[in-house]
Amino acid sequence: MTDPSLPSSKVAQYTQKKATRELQEWLIQAVLFLAGFSCVATTIAIMYILISESVFFFQQISIWEFLTSTDWSPLFDPPGYGILPLVSGTLTTTLVALFVAVPMGTIAAIYLSEFASAKLREVVKPILELLAGIPTVVYGYFALLFVTPALQWLYAPMGPFLSGRFPDLFPVELSGFNMLGPGIVMGLMITPLISSISEDAMRAVPIGLREGSYAMGATRLQTALRVVFPSAISGISAAYILGISRAVGETMIVAIAAGLQPTFTFNPLESAATITAYIVQVSLGDLPYGSIEYQTIFAAGLTLVIVTLVFNIIGYFLSRRFRETY
Amino acid sequence: MVEISPRLHNFAGLEPKAEVKNLNFYYGGSVHALKNIDLVIPERKVTALIGPSGCGKTTLLRCFNRMHDLYPGNRYEGEILLDGVNILAKKIDPIEVRMRVSMVFQRPNPFPKSIYENVIYGLRVQGTSKRSILDDKVEQALRGAALWEEAKDRLADSAYNLSGGQQQRLCIARALATDPELVLFDEPTSALDPIATASIEDLMNELKQQVTILIVTHSMQQAARLSDYTAFMFLGELMEFNDTNLLFNKPIHQQTQDYVSGRFG
Amino acid sequence: MAHVEISTDSFQQTQASVSRRQLISGLFNVVGLLVILVATLVLLALVIQLVAQGAPRLNWKFFSSFASSDYNEAGILAPLVGSALVMLVTAAIAVPLGVAAGIYLEEYAPKNWLSALIEINVTNLAGVPSIVYGLLALGFFNQTLKLGESIVTAGLTLALLILPIVIVTTREALRAIPSLLREAAYALGASKWQVIWDHILPYSSGSILTGVIIGLSRAIGETAPLITIGALTFIAFLPPSPVKAEFPFISFEWLQAPFTVMPIQMFNWVSRPEPEFQINAAAAGAVLIFMTLAMNGLAIYLRYRFRKGVKW
Repeated sequence: MTDPSLPSSKVAQYTQKKATRELQEWLIQAVLFLAGFSCVATTIAIMYILISESVFFFQQISIWEFLTSTDWSPLFDPPGYGILPLVSGTLTTTLVALFVAVPMGTIAAIYLSEFASAKLREVVKPILELLAGIPTVVYGYFALLFVTPALQWLYAPMGPFLSGRFPDLFPVELSGFNMLGPGIVMGLMITPLISSISEDAMRAVPIGLREGSYAMGATRLQTALRVVFPSAISGISAAYILGISRAVGETMIVAIAAGLQPTFTFNPLESAATITAYIVQVSLGDLPYGSIEYQTIFAAGLTLVIVTLVFNIIGYFLSRRFRETY
Repeated sequence: MVEISPRLHNFAGLEPKAEVKNLNFYYGGSVHALKNIDLVIPERKVTALIGPSGCGKTTLLRCFNRMHDLYPGNRYEGEILLDGVNILAKKIDPIEVRMRVSMVFQRPNPFPKSIYENVIYGLRVQGTSKRSILDDKVEQALRGAALWEEAKDRLADSAYNLSGGQQQRLCIARALATDPELVLFDEPTSALDPIATASIEDLMNELKQQVTILIVTHSMQQAARLSDYTAFMFLGELMEFNDTNLLFNKPIHQQTQDYVSGRFG
Repeated sequence: MAHVEISTDSFQQTQASVSRRQLISGLFNVVGLLVILVATLVLLALVIQLVAQGAPRLNWKFFSSFASSDYNEAGILAPLVGSALVMLVTAAIAVPLGVAAGIYLEEYAPKNWLSALIEINVTNLAGVPSIVYGLLALGFFNQTLKLGESIVTAGLTLALLILPIVIVTTREALRAIPSLLREAAYALGASKWQVIWDHILPYSSGSILTGVIIGLSRAIGETAPLITIGALTFIAFLPPSPVKAEFPFISFEWLQAPFTVMPIQMFNWVSRPEPEFQINAAAAGAVLIFMTLAMNGLAIYLRYRFRKGVKW
């Protein structure tokens, strides 16, 4: 098989091709790098657009007024440019969502990771995934036409009594637009997110730790709560934080079902607008490019990006920590 | 600690296909895995590398086709001459080296493609695309690997439908198809049952008529059965090189003697 | 005697404590099942609500009619075609770009600050609220690049939105290919790109496809970023056909056309005050949810099959 004359001629043949091959490999690597860099470019483009439009906005409205005024009515006369009503709406809906999603997501994660049989897990995980894949506009419809009517029905018998006692807190009847309904639905939407990240974190806990606990006579629940949960805590908190960030940025559910009136309130029974819902509301109208109203949505968007960015960064570092511990 | 006495190499009268000269190798820039190796690989003979696990035998083997270049931070010092040319030189393209030096791995690792595609892949990357040449090469290589009779009617089948021993013979055929000058075997039977092992060993005995073979094995019996020359490695050093019969029957070195008589390893 | 008594006593105590703790643990089992049940019921309620309410509209006329101010005449032809065309653009941009970026990060990127910067950006973009992509589209694609309120703007926006999903699944898919196969190819003299193109990509294409489908199913349901660029809701015409009778037979005029998509149409109907339009919204929602559930289901099925099929 080895003809003595062959090697040298073969080598010559390879060497001739080497230059072409190296050029080709270099070109491919350059193209792939550009594709990877497109992500950086996207971030830069987002920041550039938001900041450049906001700069025009802040040339006319002081940052102080923007951050402290409780009147947000850029489309009215006289206009008000205080972001606080939008922040309070965002915060309230997010909190309601977390009240639903944190317990549900955590319980589901503990159950799936520590209790459920492999077979059940194989059935349930796809269901949770499907739940996470439902378009938010559909969730918005569900909040407006299913959950809110159900809440109204539940609230009707106790409304008059409660509003008689605490007229400031409780309305006589629940409005068709309120923050409770969309908040609950948002919670249902982020439950799969929280449960899947938490479950990953818990399943990453070494089996030896569990066996150590069982060997001491602990039950499944005790093992789950006292050994697995604390060991996976950074991953689980990452899940919560990413859930918060998702809730803060969620748009359609609140735009459809929370009403679009910016009100400075933390009462989930009232209607209010969130930062995201405001952007939608303005976009639905016909705003002239360059007007102050047009720029408000970029200032609102910048606020949103900064808030979610902070949460995402915290979540990123927490989830990296849980991956590195074991 | 084991005391290491002077190394004893008997390279007299050999016709070298490859020569290792004062080779040092570092993993990730710091771990000194091979220390001052000198070795001759005689042409059209089987040379075996033996030694306890972690002695560097696989590391040395993978220097011959520059596999260490795939991972960052690895560093060679010294020379490996293949037909007088230093293949570790910076200006030598590792891809050229791998086209001349084939390798068969510990576990059968056919591609999840057809048997035919597996065998011709080396030729494909060398730029051969003429169907008639490829067809000839497939038959030649599969015959060389004693797989032709079993595989000739199912060349389009997935390689994953073959048994473990057949898969390893396919990997040998794949390595032979490019007419290599040197074939490296890295414990080629460690994942196979005794019957498959025997057939691979028979095959290698046939192959040495045509091609130079360097084999790493953890089985001393295999080294004794197959090889013409044996090198014993220990803690990253080449302790002893000799004719296989001499090395096994009259080991000069204390560590060699301990190892071949099964006292450690 | 006394000694024995204490011993049985403490044994009984232990037994009582064990059965109490087992009871609590068993109770949690029930709570866990309940939570899972709630999640399943929500999914069911959603689907049933949409289908039941939208049933009167779910007929051929609904699929073949344009928007109309008469709820009985209104249909989803324009948004169906719009969604399909936008998805075409999204896939055409996000798949090559995302797969290429995934290959770069997994196979090529050296360990330096630039690679770290790209990685952090991917993670960060995955967490940016979708409406922010809408602002990017409004300010950059629409106003700066003058692409208008068109299909290409929408496709581009959604492509950027799902890019992180495609990148992350591509990387996971590539990582799953065992190094034994890579080394086999390298040992035969393959170059890096040959190893990737001939082996790693084909063997991981199934998993990458799964990620692409999940990304597209996310994109097809996105509403917010398309509202900001001003997707219209009242469109009574189709974009120009991509196929032409005369040379060169293919036309890209449709890329510039105004459009609407399914989720926008549904949002529009939900926001109408007339209750009759809620029926249209439900019907559109049923179609939309069918599309996303089908895509997600396909992805889950494919992933399951590829995991079973893996033999290395």
